[in-house]
Amino acid sequence: MVVEKPTLETVWAWLSAVPDPEIPVISLTDLGIIRDVQWQGDTLEVSVTPTYSGCPATTIINLDIETALRGHGIEKLALKRQLSPAWTSDWMTDTGRAKLEAYGIAPPQPAGGPQHCPRCKSTDVEKISQFGSTPCKAQWRCTDCLEPFDYFKCI
Amino acid sequence: MSDTLFEFLCRMGDNTLVLGHRVSEWCSHAPVLEEDIALANTALDLIGQTTLWLDLAGEVEGAGRDADKLAFHRDVWDFRNLLLVEQPNGDFGQTMMRQFLFDAWHLSQLTSLMDSSNAQVAAIAEKSSKEVTYHLERATDTVIGLGDGTEESHARMQAALNRLWPYVGEMFISDDVDTAMIETGIAPDPASLRPAYDALVADVFRAATLEKPQDDFAHKGGKSGKRHSEHLGHMLTQMQWLQRAYPDATW
Repeated sequence: MVVEKPTLETVWAWLSAVPDPEIPVISLTDLGIIRDVQWQGDTLEVSVTPTYSGCPATTIINLDIETALRGHGIEKLALKRQLSPAWTSDWMTDTGRAKLEAYGIAPPQPAGGPQHCPRCKSTDVEKISQFGSTPCKAQWRCTDCLEPFDYFKCI
Repeated sequence: MSDTLFEFLCRMGDNTLVLGHRVSEWCSHAPVLEEDIALANTALDLIGQTTLWLDLAGEVEGAGRDADKLAFHRDVWDFRNLLLVEQPNGDFGQTMMRQFLFDAWHLSQLTSLMDSSNAQVAAIAEKSSKEVTYHLERATDTVIGLGDGTEESHARMQAALNRLWPYVGEMFISDDVDTAMIETGIAPDPASLRPAYDALVADVFRAATLEKPQDDFAHKGGKSGKRHSEHLGHMLTQMQWLQRAYPDATW
């Protein structure tokens, strides 16, 4: 029996439907952590880079990728961990940024702090803590609407 | 060569492992919720970096040990961490002073390692340095805030600095392992990091109104493994108790 290998575009499309386990509004491809997809013979090789080295979501992400691809009939699969170049929040897609903001998380900014409050859009914001509910986030507060919010750190 | 590289990788990984465990001891005990979260996140980063260093150490050793085996199946005499990181947490101020003194060295060490002749070492350093930049920023702010704070917080920070300063010198002392790393271009000469370190801490202590102790006496024996302080053994009984009680338990 000859099984047709799905094209790389198809595989990328499948991966773009896998949500981040911690922030399910964005996908793994929105986050920019899938660095490469290629066929090595009849094995599909997927290179994934961690956002933070201690992020507990990393193992879940690998499991989710495997489950998704197996669900699409991929039998031979190799997941590779790629450390260099290190993940940067610049790799997050514009769609990903928009989805984060709509979800109430301020997207990363090169200036090092949120552009505005994700709820009321006020620019009067202050940092509460460099660290937040997950390794990739910091805690900020809007001084106008007084709501605290998560800011996705820029690294 | 691979023996000295293994030693060097254990030193990097044991520093982050022991400090990561120490910092995690604060989980649910920190003075305020934000600090609790910040400490837990810092510990998590350090443990993540440990996995990278010790997995590579195991690979270089080639004896079938991975990061978990190295972390949980070795006893005190096989640990290669600096004495500084095994010192007890003390109060919050002492924990943050220890963090600052370590982070300031750690970031400059990692920055140098990004140019390592060993591509895997350079990749781990590149990844870790981004996280450690945050650690140093926060530790610096806290040391300044508490040092230049109330009479009580100032006194505690000065006491912490006096208590921990004798453990700073060990970071810059070299031995045969360092010589081998310098010769192969894997890691920098520890002494070469000292001038920038001294300049950085002097600036921060000035802003924090703290006085650096005059005496530069340095305790040593942690990174060589010759003489750890009694604190490490006690810490390992907690960190390793599950693997000691139920060897090779998994879930």
